[in-house]
Amino acid sequence: MDYVIEMLNIRKEFPGIVANNNINLQVKKGEIHALLGENGAGKSTLMNVLFGLYQPEKGEIKVRGKKVNITDPNVANEQGIGMVHQHFMLVDTFTVTENIVLGSEPKKAGTVNLKHAEEQVRELSERYGLNVDPKAKIRDISVGMQQRVEILKTLYRGAEILIFDEPTAVLTPQEIKELIDIMNSLVKEGKSIILITHKLKEIMEVCDRCTVIRKGRGIGTLDVADTNPTELASLMVGREVSFSSEKTKANPEDVFLSVKDLMVKDVRGVEMVKGLNLEVRAGEIVGIAGVDGNGQSELIEAITGLRKSEAGSIHLHNKPITNLTPRKVTQSGVSHIPQDRHKFGLILDFPIGENMVLQSYHGKPYSKKGIMNFKQIYKKAKALISEYDVRTPSAETPARSLSGGNQQKAIIGREVDRSPDLIIAAQPTRGLDVGAIEFIHQKLIEERDKGRAVLLLSFELDEIMNLSDRISVIFDGKIIADVKPEETSEQELGLLMAGNSTEKAGEQ
Amino acid sequence: MFSNRIVNILIPIISVLLGLLFGAIIMLIFGYNPVTGFAALWNGAFGDSYFIGETVRQVTPYILSGLAVAFALRSGLLNIGVEGQVFMGWLASVWIGISLDLPMVLHLPLAILAAAVAGAFWGFIPGILKAKLGVHEVIVTIMMNYIALYLSNSIVRNLLTDGADRTENVAATASLQSSWLSEMTFYSRIHYGFIIALFMAFIMWFIINRTTTGFELRAVGFNQNASKYAGMNVSKNIILAMVISGSFAGLAGAMEGLGTFGFMSIKSGFTNIGFDGIAVALLGANTAVGVILAAFLFGVLKIGALNMPTEAGVPTELVEIIIALIIFFVASSYMIRWIILRFKKEGK
Repeated sequence: MDYVIEMLNIRKEFPGIVANNNINLQVKKGEIHALLGENGAGKSTLMNVLFGLYQPEKGEIKVRGKKVNITDPNVANEQGIGMVHQHFMLVDTFTVTENIVLGSEPKKAGTVNLKHAEEQVRELSERYGLNVDPKAKIRDISVGMQQRVEILKTLYRGAEILIFDEPTAVLTPQEIKELIDIMNSLVKEGKSIILITHKLKEIMEVCDRCTVIRKGRGIGTLDVADTNPTELASLMVGREVSFSSEKTKANPEDVFLSVKDLMVKDVRGVEMVKGLNLEVRAGEIVGIAGVDGNGQSELIEAITGLRKSEAGSIHLHNKPITNLTPRKVTQSGVSHIPQDRHKFGLILDFPIGENMVLQSYHGKPYSKKGIMNFKQIYKKAKALISEYDVRTPSAETPARSLSGGNQQKAIIGREVDRSPDLIIAAQPTRGLDVGAIEFIHQKLIEERDKGRAVLLLSFELDEIMNLSDRISVIFDGKIIADVKPEETSEQELGLLMAGNSTEKAGEQ
Repeated sequence: MFSNRIVNILIPIISVLLGLLFGAIIMLIFGYNPVTGFAALWNGAFGDSYFIGETVRQVTPYILSGLAVAFALRSGLLNIGVEGQVFMGWLASVWIGISLDLPMVLHLPLAILAAAVAGAFWGFIPGILKAKLGVHEVIVTIMMNYIALYLSNSIVRNLLTDGADRTENVAATASLQSSWLSEMTFYSRIHYGFIIALFMAFIMWFIINRTTTGFELRAVGFNQNASKYAGMNVSKNIILAMVISGSFAGLAGAMEGLGTFGFMSIKSGFTNIGFDGIAVALLGANTAVGVILAAFLFGVLKIGALNMPTEAGVPTELVEIIIALIIFFVASSYMIRWIILRFKKEGK
């Protein structure tokens, strides 16, 4: 069997660490090959080497059996290697076609000729069942569609080998299903796919083979048919991993957070939360399930004071906190693990240590009469860093240089350490690996057991089912159903999230 | 081989060296001897105590205007209005200096304070417009520069004098001038202001690096969303940054009004103290120490240049070109960083 891609004994060093230590990756033509590893294991480094963004210190790359020297992404493109990035690289105000041709625009007498390109895009889109409108503007289409535009971009450039970098992180369960169909139709047409992921379920579902790397070393390549999630997880983490978080039954006490008839508008002035009612009791985890864009973000921003509530009320312990400033809400005992850790959770250019006191720098002992006490700050930061296992070269390292999982652990450490009464965790494990997810889930359950109220927002049904004591389904700005995880199924939740009422869902 | 910190220090130094190198090439092209040219520049800045005095005099307002720009930039704001804030500070200090009759212990501090307040007010306006209405500070501050220029001209002509081109000299009780410093330097216009400038550099460092206010200002400068999330008042911090920046600029005006000149005159155009402050801040990497060093370099170039036509026959315009080249190379620090990293790679 011929390999379409061979990466042999790849070694890549960064100052202080060996990111890839003699890793081998061999991809057969027409297969979906998973690249599995924890955050920071070296998956992205390896793919960036393949895509020409990094030059390896040692090792060789063969494409279709021929040794090549991939010095930059253009060479990778010429070799038929395309990358579907996790963070889309699209111009919002351009159309689908304009985005696809960007960088290799078809020119006609000095002007861009889009007609022909549009036809090509339409044809490609039909062939692989992508169903993308070439004339739509990026800002008007869903995240799932935007990802397909990224796929089209690589196909348009003639890619034969597609690298998907954690493609399902941003998708809804329905969109994930559709993506899997697309990937299957791609390989049917003779393309090869490398899937970077740490979601074992996806690997089991779509992949033919799987290469596992751990801490920069290649652990081995397995046929997916001969393995199981437990084996993969322990290979990846290097120890036994439990999937369902162990937890006892919740003992809900008094209502801690109560939201009544809340109305919130988004940036554009469109009403996103439309008379929402919600209660969270002390000692329980309430999961909000819903498709992205049904008012979840606005709800959380309204509770935390980041966005104005137009009508309705929010009470904490029977005290109104509607439209208080974020600082006042925080001081009333609310912790917030924000959905977007780069935009809200961290100041990436600050040292990780100073980020640890982002919510508490203004009080003793971190400052006194307006003068910062960095000795105390770093003392606290170091304690949190070791307690929450944040892997960083030092507390002075800029938050930007940490991996996503470690950034998230730092945020969780900061937010949980303040012993809040209510923890709002928005997508707390987005983009993290099994080990980190396990850790974070454990922490949230611990906090629940200490009698704290936890409001969990997640687009991962697994996480919602696994962690919640009660699930509230949000649709079109309202909570339309309240179910117990043990009395429902993913299917029922999926239907509810699509706006079917409980009765209808029951019938189907 | 190179840590990040060293790279950050190397970049401005290499920029300056490249600027001087290209300046030398240009001198060669136009048929001047770069060695005598630079020697004249050096003598013009350090040749005797008079020149040293004049250089220090020139450096003083540059430190303050550089601090003003740097402080705003650390908070994520581009204060192009330092020039106008310098005018307002100059005007306010002279106004207090000529109109009051007080003992020095009150008069001088009051005149200096008035300059800071006037500059702060001129920074407050674009600050509040940005914070409350989202108007970009660059546009407002540019307009405020013109308002400051013509307003101060009008006040000098109509309010402070009877249609004259300059005010009377400020009272001795409000003057920063020092006869012994001046005598020591062959009657240069050096004055006590450089002590204030150095002290303010310390103040900037202290505010930015040691206070909760500075922590908030820097946080807002890097990421407004996260700052809001952390409970900081973003609007307040934007206004505060512009007010503090403006007060530094106002003090730069006081240096001219109470020190160098001792009066205010009608101006046909900008003084460029504020605009040069942008380059000083850029070259000084927006740090207090960096600003002092960069201001010193600019002062040396400006004063030394005056000697180049007489001693070496090189036109002053050429020195302006060298300064422009230095700024160009600082602005293209990305390129220099790339080259350094390239060397770093190969050095391995």
